[in-house]
Amino acid sequence: MTDMRDNGMAKPTTSLDEALAPIQDGCLLVVPREVSGVPMAATRALIRRSVKRLHLVALPTSSLQADLLIGAACIATLETSAVSLGEFGPAPRFTAAVTSGAIAMKDATCPALHAGLQAAEKGVPFMPLRGLIGSDVLKYRDDWKAIDNPFGDCDPIVLLPAIKPEVALFHAPMADRFGNVWIGRQRELATMAHAAVKTVVTVEKLHDGDLLADPLLAAGTLPGFYVDSVAVAERGCWPLPLPDHYAADAEHLALYAKLAATAEGFAEYLDRYVYEKRAA
Amino acid sequence: MRSARRDFRDEELLADVIARLIGDVRHVAVGNASPIPATAALLARERGHGKPYVSLLQSRKHNFFTDGARELFDCAGQGRIDVFFLSGGQIDGQGNINLVSIGDYAHPQVRFPGSFGSAYLYYVVPKVILFRTEHSRRTLVPRVDFVSAPGTSEPNVYRPGGPIALVASRCLFSFADGHFTLESVHPGHTVAEVIENTGFDFERPDTAPETPAPTPETLKLMREVVAPQLAEVYPQFAAGVFGAAVPSPFQVEPSAASLLPHNRKREETSGENG
Repeated sequence: MTDMRDNGMAKPTTSLDEALAPIQDGCLLVVPREVSGVPMAATRALIRRSVKRLHLVALPTSSLQADLLIGAACIATLETSAVSLGEFGPAPRFTAAVTSGAIAMKDATCPALHAGLQAAEKGVPFMPLRGLIGSDVLKYRDDWKAIDNPFGDCDPIVLLPAIKPEVALFHAPMADRFGNVWIGRQRELATMAHAAVKTVVTVEKLHDGDLLADPLLAAGTLPGFYVDSVAVAERGCWPLPLPDHYAADAEHLALYAKLAATAEGFAEYLDRYVYEKRAA
Repeated sequence: MRSARRDFRDEELLADVIARLIGDVRHVAVGNASPIPATAALLARERGHGKPYVSLLQSRKHNFFTDGARELFDCAGQGRIDVFFLSGGQIDGQGNINLVSIGDYAHPQVRFPGSFGSAYLYYVVPKVILFRTEHSRRTLVPRVDFVSAPGTSEPNVYRPGGPIALVASRCLFSFADGHFTLESVHPGHTVAEVIENTGFDFERPDTAPETPAPTPETLKLMREVVAPQLAEVYPQFAAGVFGAAVPSPFQVEPSAASLLPHNRKREETSGENG
């Protein structure tokens, strides 16, 4: 393998706003589920920038992140298997937007989203998946097709088109100056990056050294080859958890659930916790 | 919810019922928003001294997957998951479940979170246990408005899995041949009340037995051993149901001394791998 250090491949980290530049209005953006490293600092920065008409793919579910982006009118289309605040109840802005028709909903089921990204990762046009036949999930997805298994005998199976995001965005524990990102066991983050055209990452801290040089670390590392920009954002998942590092801020999530129950309360939440930096 | 005449809570009874339904299997997986099934799975593991394997999807400790969130579904597709749990905003008499919406799908009156993995796992996991703590005509309906996953499939559709039972707050139903049968009525409830509050038709024997109450040994195990394990994933539920037995759930879990995994202090093992 070529040593990237000799090829001028070092990627200095940038400010959060610079790192997020590839996420333009109308972007097909993929983000991870609520316990895998949700980039909440980046999400708040995108809302401050008033990004519009995102097609958000939440792999395979979402909580606060999708609800915030929906409430802040950043999303045109949402493709996911579920949005909820878990123990804190329904996701209020998601629920309001779907019942009022404010966003287009592409309801999926968890493994279908994983499979669609795996197809993109392999560079093939589709992936087959069991289940689905006879469900209304399949009925309302014009882009999914049931065919007869060409290797079987009267065996219907569903084909899912590849999901090729323009940008994958997530938060991870650390990155080095070559753009290598340590993701540990959150392997879906690697699938997202492999599938997407560009990958933007926020991290807790910079690692002094080469993550690929240590075999223990290398096994859990996404190579910088796939990564376009890295920004440091300490406690970048807050108030959601970063697995193995910090827990969810339950008190804050309870406060969010209470405020976001009404449009007025949600606006107050944005003012207090998203736009506050603007005032400075 | 604690009854004046009983020394157990409804959640404890339901978890005990589910633990019996799990039976002798190798691997039980529990999805999102399923605190009672998670209690049952951990209880089964304690009784089995580490068997079955239990995978709680949102847990860091009770989850051995290392190949990302897709590994659970790949495991299930191969038949490596024996038991899973599903619920529904609506469940109908044919075992169809609705996790999406009420009313017209394009203009719903009510929206639920979404189908999660149901449109796949309901087909491929051999023993799917349905649970619904609200036992009413609003939730147990003649026909669901949206089929997240069907109870049964045409003979030529690949379907090694499906529902075996529905655990509700008033009774236990079994599921076979496309319909539910009343198996037992929970203590404090009656057959007449079950009929009154169930929106679909079901088979029933002339006399339905009472669901056995959890034994003192089971209650002790749930409260003292299972509850602290549960608190990692369901802090609100663990504190609400099991109360003081649970350590403060909102603490940051590992020592954050280093972000490097091999420098982290070893945590207590959960015992799931023997």
